[in-house]
Amino acid sequence: MLRELFPNVVIEDLKVAANETFYMTGISVLGTLIIGILLGLMLFLTDRQGKTYKILNFITATIVNVFRAIPFIILILLLFPFTDWLMGTIRGPKAALPALIIGAAPFYARLVEIALKEVDKGVVEAARAMGAKTRHIIFKVLLPESMPALISGITVTAINLISYTAMAGAIGAGGLGDLAYRKGFQAWDFDVVFACTILIVIIVFIFQFIGDFLSKKIDKR
Amino acid sequence: MISIKNLSKIYKSKDKMDVTAVDNLNLSINKGEIFGVIGYSGAGKSTFIRLLNRLEEPTGGEIVMDNKDMTSLNNQSLRNERQKIGMIFQHFNLLWSRTVFDNIAFPLEIAGVAKDERKDKVNELIQLVGLTGRENYYPSQLSGGQKQRVGIARALANDPKVLLCDEATSALDPQTTDDILDLLVNINRKLGLTIIVITHEMHVIKKICQRVAVMDNGKVIEQGEVLDVFMHPKEKTTRRFVQQVMGDQEEQSPIHYFVKNYQSGKVLRLHFVGETANQALISKLVKTFNVEINILQGNITQTKDGAYGTLYVHMDGNKEEIQNAIHYIHQTSVELEVEDHA
Ligand SMILES: Nc1ncnc2c1ncn2[C@@H]1O[C@H](COP(=O)(O)OP(=O)(O)OP(=O)(O)O)[C@@H](O)[C@H]1O
Ligand SMILES: [Mg+2]
Repeated sequence: MLRELFPNVVIEDLKVAANETFYMTGISVLGTLIIGILLGLMLFLTDRQGKTYKILNFITATIVNVFRAIPFIILILLLFPFTDWLMGTIRGPKAALPALIIGAAPFYARLVEIALKEVDKGVVEAARAMGAKTRHIIFKVLLPESMPALISGITVTAINLISYTAMAGAIGAGGLGDLAYRKGFQAWDFDVVFACTILIVIIVFIFQFIGDFLSKKIDKR
Repeated sequence: MISIKNLSKIYKSKDKMDVTAVDNLNLSINKGEIFGVIGYSGAGKSTFIRLLNRLEEPTGGEIVMDNKDMTSLNNQSLRNERQKIGMIFQHFNLLWSRTVFDNIAFPLEIAGVAKDERKDKVNELIQLVGLTGRENYYPSQLSGGQKQRVGIARALANDPKVLLCDEATSALDPQTTDDILDLLVNINRKLGLTIIVITHEMHVIKKICQRVAVMDNGKVIEQGEVLDVFMHPKEKTTRRFVQQVMGDQEEQSPIHYFVKNYQSGKVLRLHFVGETANQALISKLVKTFNVEINILQGNITQTKDGAYGTLYVHMDGNKEEIQNAIHYIHQTSVELEVEDHA
C-alpha cells in the first residue's frame, strides 16, 4: 500500500534526512537557548538608569534588532565566510548551525526579555532586601520565576528553527528540506515532497508537545 | 537601636515636579520595641521604610542601626547588613516556583548556610509560624494569612535584629489580621526583635505598638507612646486616626446633656487610660455599694497597654452610698468627672 502511495520514496534517504533535521534543530535549539537567554538577560538587566547601562543596552538592542531584520535566507549567504572559518565547511548539517543559531537567538532574546519583565517586581525586591547578589537574583529568582514563559518561548523558536532548517536544506545543508527540494522539486517526485512534509509536521508536533508539557508541569501559579 | 537624622528622599523627575517623599525626618527607635508608623496614602511611609534597608537610596540624612551607619556602607557590607534586617510585604512577595519550605530556605541559601543547617532552621521556623504540615505546598495553594506566615518565617530566617513590615496586614481580613498581629507580638516577645510596622490602620497600632509616629507629607507630625497619642492627639491627621477606632469624640454628647434626663442621682464620666487593674470597676461598685448603675454611652478600646476610653454612667441610690462609691473611684487611677442634676 505504502509502496503504491510513495513509489519514489527511499526509506533510507528519509531516515538520514530526518536525522539530519533532528540534529540541526536539536543543536540549534540548545545554542539559541543559551545565547538567547544571555542576550535577553543583558537587555533586561541593562534597562535602567545610569550611563554605562544605557550604552550596554543600546549595543545589545542594536545587535538583536539588526539580526532580526535580516531575512534568514540572506543571513545564510552573509554568514558563508564566517561559517567556513568556524566549521571548516559550508555544506552539510553542521554548516547550517551558525546561521540557525544567529538567526533564531535574537528572536528568542526578545521573548526572554518579555518573560523577565513579567516577573513580579515585588519578589525581586524581596530578594534584594534579603541581601541577594545579582547572581542570586538571576539564578534563583528571575530564571525560575519566568521558566514557563521561557519554555513556551523556546518552543515557538524551535518550530521556527525547524522551518529554517528546511530553508537551509535548500542550499545544501541536508535534512528533510534538502531531500524535498532535490528529489521532489528537481526530480519532480512529488510523493517525496509529501513524505518529507509529513515527517516535518510530526517533528513540529513532537517539539510542541514536549514544550507544552514542560511549561505546564513547571507552572505552579 | 535605630536612629534616623534628617533623612530625606526626593524623587527627581525631568518632566514633572520633584516629589519630596520623605522630608527631613528624625526618629529614634528603641531596641526590642514595636514601633508603628501611621499615615495616609502618599504620606511617604513605604519610601521611609525602604530607605531603612536602602532599597531606596536616601537623598540626604543619616540612618544608624545598631551603631552602624547604614548610609555609608559599600555594596558588599550593605548586602551583609540586609541579611540582618527582615522585611515583610503587603503582597507577601513569595516565589511561586518554590514550596513553603524552599521559600523559607531562600534567604538562608543567599546567606550561604549549609544544607543540613538550612533544613533544621526552616523546620524550626515553620513550627514558629504555625505552618506545620504545609512544607510542600506552593504559595498558590495557601490562603492570604498563610502566605504572610511564610513571609514572616522567611524574614526571620537569618535571625534579624529588626523586622520591617510594610502594610503587612492590609491585604487580609480582620480576623486574619488579628492572627498575624498576634504572631508578630509573639515573635517580638520570644526573640526580642525590634519591629517597625507601617500601616494606615489605627487598629494595628493600638493592638501591637508601644510607640507610634504619625506621618504626613513626608514628615513626622506627631510621635509618642500610643496611649498618649490616643489621649491627646495634637494634629488633625492624628485625631482622624484616633477616630478610626474610637469614633468621633466630639460627636459624643456632653455630660450635662444626660443630666437633664434624670431627677435623681448623678451622672459620671469615667475615663480609662491604659487600665488593666480597673477593668471590672463597674461590677465592683455595684457589688460593694448599694447603688444602681446605668450605662449611658461609652467607647472603650483595648490597646497593648490596657483599656482606653470613656464611659458615661448614671448612678442612683442613697446619697451616702453614692458619695462612698465616688470616693472609691477617686482612689483608683480611673479619671472621674461628676455632674449633679440641677
Ligand atoms: N519611584 C518613585 N518615583 C517617583 N515618585 C515616587 C516613587 N515612589 C513613591 N513616590 C512618591 O512619593 C510619595 C510617597 O509615596 P509612598 O509610596 O512612600 O507613600 P505611602 O505612604 O507608602 O502610601 P500608601 O499608603 O499608598 O502605600 C508619593 O507622592 C509617591 O507618588
Ligand atoms: Mg506604601
